Amino acid sequence: MATSMPERSRRMRIKNLIFFKALPLLILPLLLSGCSMALMDPKGEVGSEIKSLIITAFWLMMIVVIPVIVMTFLFAWRYRNTNYKAKYTPNWAHSNVIEAIVWFVPLVIIAFLAIITWQTSHSLNPNVPIDAEEGTEPMEIDVVALDWKWLFIYPDLGIASVNEVAFPVDTPVQFNITSGTVMNAFMIPRLGSQLYAMAGMDNELYLIANEEGIYPGRSTNFSGAGFSEMIFAAQATSQEGFEAWVEKVRQSSETLSFEQGYEELAAPSVGHPVEYFSNVPAELYDNIVMSFKNGTAVQPGHSGGHGGHGGGHAAEQDEHGEGHDVAMSAEVAE
Amino acid sequence: MATDTLGNRIVEPSDHGRDQGHDVQAHQHDHHDAGGMKVFGFWVYLMSDLIIFGTLFATYAVLVGGTADGPTPGEIFDLPLIMAGTFFLLFSSFTYGMAVLAMNANRIGQLKAWLWVTLLLGAGFIGLELYEFQHLIHEGYGPGRSAFLSAFFTLVGTHGLHVFFGMIWMLVMLIQLQTKGLNDITRPRIMCLSLFWHFLDIVWICVFTFVYLMGAM
Amino acid sequence: MFGKLSWDVIPYHDPIIMVVVAGMAVIIAGLVAWITYKKNWGYLWKEWITSVDHKKLGIMYFLVALVMLIRGFADALMMRSQQAAMALGSPEGYLPPEHYDQIFTAHGVIMIFFVAMPMVIGLMNLVVPLQIGARDVAYPFLNNLSFWLFASGVILINVSLFLGEFAKTGWLAYAPLSGIDYSPGVGVDYWIWALQISGIGTTLTGINFFVTILKMRTKGMTLFRMPIFTWTSFCANILIIASFPILTATIAMLTLDRYLGTNFFTNDLGGNQMMYVNLIWAWGHPEVYILILPAFGVFSEVIATYSRKRLFGYHTMVWATMAISFLAFIVWLHHFFTMGSGANVNAFFGIATMIIAIPTGVKIFNWLFTMYRGRLEFTSPVLWTLGFIITFTLGGMTGVMLAVPAANFVLHNTLFVIAHFHNVIIGGVVFGMLAGLTYWFPKAFGFKLDEKWGKRSFWCWIVGFFTAFSPLYVLSFYGAVRRMQSYDNPEYHVWMLIAWVGAVIIMLGIVCTVIQFVVSYRNREQLRDVTGDPWDGRTLEWSTSSPAPFYNFAHLPEVKSIDTFWEMKQAGEFETSKPPYKDIHMPKYTAAGPIISLFATILGFALVWHIWWLAIVGALGVFVSFLARIFNDDVDYYVPASEVERIERAHHERLTEYSKQHDVRGNVGTMGAQS
Repeated sequence: MATSMPERSRRMRIKNLIFFKALPLLILPLLLSGCSMALMDPKGEVGSEIKSLIITAFWLMMIVVIPVIVMTFLFAWRYRNTNYKAKYTPNWAHSNVIEAIVWFVPLVIIAFLAIITWQTSHSLNPNVPIDAEEGTEPMEIDVVALDWKWLFIYPDLGIASVNEVAFPVDTPVQFNITSGTVMNAFMIPRLGSQLYAMAGMDNELYLIANEEGIYPGRSTNFSGAGFSEMIFAAQATSQEGFEAWVEKVRQSSETLSFEQGYEELAAPSVGHPVEYFSNVPAELYDNIVMSFKNGTAVQPGHSGGHGGHGGGHAAEQDEHGEGHDVAMSAEVAE
Repeated sequence: MATDTLGNRIVEPSDHGRDQGHDVQAHQHDHHDAGGMKVFGFWVYLMSDLIIFGTLFATYAVLVGGTADGPTPGEIFDLPLIMAGTFFLLFSSFTYGMAVLAMNANRIGQLKAWLWVTLLLGAGFIGLELYEFQHLIHEGYGPGRSAFLSAFFTLVGTHGLHVFFGMIWMLVMLIQLQTKGLNDITRPRIMCLSLFWHFLDIVWICVFTFVYLMGAM
Repeated sequence: MFGKLSWDVIPYHDPIIMVVVAGMAVIIAGLVAWITYKKNWGYLWKEWITSVDHKKLGIMYFLVALVMLIRGFADALMMRSQQAAMALGSPEGYLPPEHYDQIFTAHGVIMIFFVAMPMVIGLMNLVVPLQIGARDVAYPFLNNLSFWLFASGVILINVSLFLGEFAKTGWLAYAPLSGIDYSPGVGVDYWIWALQISGIGTTLTGINFFVTILKMRTKGMTLFRMPIFTWTSFCANILIIASFPILTATIAMLTLDRYLGTNFFTNDLGGNQMMYVNLIWAWGHPEVYILILPAFGVFSEVIATYSRKRLFGYHTMVWATMAISFLAFIVWLHHFFTMGSGANVNAFFGIATMIIAIPTGVKIFNWLFTMYRGRLEFTSPVLWTLGFIITFTLGGMTGVMLAVPAANFVLHNTLFVIAHFHNVIIGGVVFGMLAGLTYWFPKAFGFKLDEKWGKRSFWCWIVGFFTAFSPLYVLSFYGAVRRMQSYDNPEYHVWMLIAWVGAVIIMLGIVCTVIQFVVSYRNREQLRDVTGDPWDGRTLEWSTSSPAPFYNFAHLPEVKSIDTFWEMKQAGEFETSKPPYKDIHMPKYTAAGPIISLFATILGFALVWHIWWLAIVGALGVFVSFLARIFNDDVDYYVPASEVERIERAHHERLTEYSKQHDVRGNVGTMGAQS
């Protein structure tokens, strides 16, 4: 065995060295410069704080990661079996000093990280309102994940939109997030935190945009066939721009309420176009959340007087009719 | 502990024909104490089964409020009936204990008799449970009515299913006692079943306390 | 009569599936024809299918795992190609969502349950009884049954390819998407029964090895003299016993939701989908430690053996392993910080997760200090180990980043998560299992694996890994999420193409491994391990011949220290077995395992398709064949001393022959001395 190695493996190891050392060097500048990277070029306070948190955590861990990688190459190379100059102690297997150091160093780093974690978990808790300049009232927007589109309701303005949301810059926005279907997650990467959207539950997410622009948003939690195209545009505008947008929505002839139009909207559709609703009751969001508790939910399979639906899920049911029947018959049995 | 008694018993030279002429002591060392290890392994299995029950208990605790405008625990439990079932099951643990005592005394007739008594008590328990379930479903409170009822039927039903399998196992042991008698193979099995049966008793006490008593309060 | 089953469920319309199915059919038909032609059915049945020999079961686990690795990897390659297709100007790629969603689900399920798990369990089977000086496991029949129940799951998941569909829900089948309302097809049912049946097998394995390690250690082997691989396997089995029942119960509740209309995880009628997510991760997080701990054990054995040095900090390693096992149960919530549990809860679980980095970091330093002042030989297992240390350290780092809840709020569900867990699972589990395979291969087959192709495989894997997964980290910063069938963002293109190239390089690594097997088999005479101790090993498995005789040890060894075999060799005390031999008590092979599992497969299949009469047949079949086993007392026998002597003498003759041909020193000299 001992003779088969040296020549070729040495060449390989050199390649190895170059490769591994080059790797972090390649990635790091990208991580740090990242001009067009959503997470590295945030447009809101929450996103900025998260960005610096990620970078801090990264460098803290480099304190251990870099020595480990260096030691791996150093020890492997120095104590290769062809290097008879190196010391060889076959029975040496314990050292209190080394043990103390290898426990202590990670412990200290993790202790640091733990403190940061505790603080940021609270300061960046998505449920906690953002402090803004005096006089700016947070804006409330209800978000409903549907198959496979986003419904945004402005309860104070009595309007709603699909797959497009607008809000003024420098104004904290309180998103109330729920789902009319399976679990989704609401995220605008440029602005920061995401949060799950779950049926029958109301999750609060506070975000703020500090720069005007149109930022892509999407569902990040897989929710079925149309998931990839469950995207929306978040428009952070000036106050005037926002008012103009509201006016545009108000021009729409469409209206929406839980009894009228919601069921149709909730039916599965992929790549749903942007839609505006000029007249929406403030309680629509609560109606949707409560519908899962009082048996009025609009769901495929659970008919509950809601009739059939078009699109993906319903089509599948036709194909596999009996699965549907089982659910039905169980209900009948009740 | 029961397992210890059993372990000692197994160490006695076995009466297998093939064993004759071999150094029994060496075999003990070479191979393993099969009976004792079976009981130990079964005990480990019970611990994993306990985690299944633990999961179902946790689910019940979370979903007990999810009544969806259906009945709440207090409205549907018939405590006297449950008390009767509980009595059957607790008493059957006692009779199984008697069966093990009979086995340790090598009284195979008594052992069988106690097993039959245990079996009948188990059947009584299952009968009452089935009656309760049938009654609830008839009232319209089946497992599909609400999350609370789903969790209730599943937790109690899983326990009932265990008791049912315990009864089948008991029947199998009665047949094996008839055909094989008491030997190195049937003894550990009766011990394992004993652990199983007492285990179900303990689980039932938890079910009775957390589901029925606390529900009725 | 046939439930939901009809001719329409075969996916004729999908050319990709039909080609794959045709290919599989040809291969299976070819195998069947070849076995029939060679008249090998009897041999297969008698020597393998009904075998309760832990070594053979270990080999079979590994064989199935490698086959499934190819299938799971084909899925991966299709996913990478689909996402690269967008870069090449095809906005929807070549896979429609309903197919793509099945592929990423199948990829995850196959890689975890039917590749990583059987590799880990296979290696435990092969090695643990030998390391503790036992002749078999505590319950040999159950061991066989476990394997066949696992095989039953493998069959079901493969049948789903051409009868019906597989789940389109992601590998953990989050409710309510996996509920009957949103997934009315049979895909989730296949998922349920494949996992449920193989999961029961896994639980039985956990119990079996737990008892084996506690009760079957040879004389003198105290707990703190156990080899590290045995220790890590022991902890992994405790985790199996404690966590798989949670999976069983959770899947059972999902089953009830789908089959009986209960409301555990439904949107309405009081159901609670968060309960599902909590439960599935209460199993899922320990699961990843079930996979990684034995891999840690492999690296410990490999690095000590090839450094020709004792493992640094044995006791620390053991305690670190136990600490990790314990912590594994209190971190599950870090998989869903974004559920909105509140700052205190999130911070608790985040910090608990980070604490795991401490014992893990200590382990890494201990491996480094095992090399320190050693004589490291750069064999392919060592390359896998070095590759592991670097890859896993980076993966651990990104893991800690994910564990910071506030950071997790932007990284969750993005490709960052994908890159992270491939970093630890490929770098940890896959590298570990391939290292273990190379290291213990001679003990299973009697010849070593070809080193040249082993090293080529390593280089392809490591280069391919970083090429494939580094771009995913970058992509996550662009906001790219997981499970996208398509995307419309030109910024992703170049990175997706690089990732695709990486996947192709990994494929070359798998090809190298296949070539390695072929070449090694062809050159098996040159690669023959006559001594039973090809690497100058330290633990008991190397003290017996290669391949180990079916009874493992003619005389059960006695242990005096941690590296007992190595120390005996150093002191010149080691001798191979000498007469007089004694009769050896062994379990008989049995058909019960395969038969029970066959009926379990039928039961699972019938339940998937709602063929109730067939389900009853399957259930009764399981019950009756199990009863038949219970009523069969003829389960063991004694290997006569003369037979043992014949086998041992043949081994000694080979040894003498070998030492005549080679000018050997050291352990071989002492071994060949007698007879």
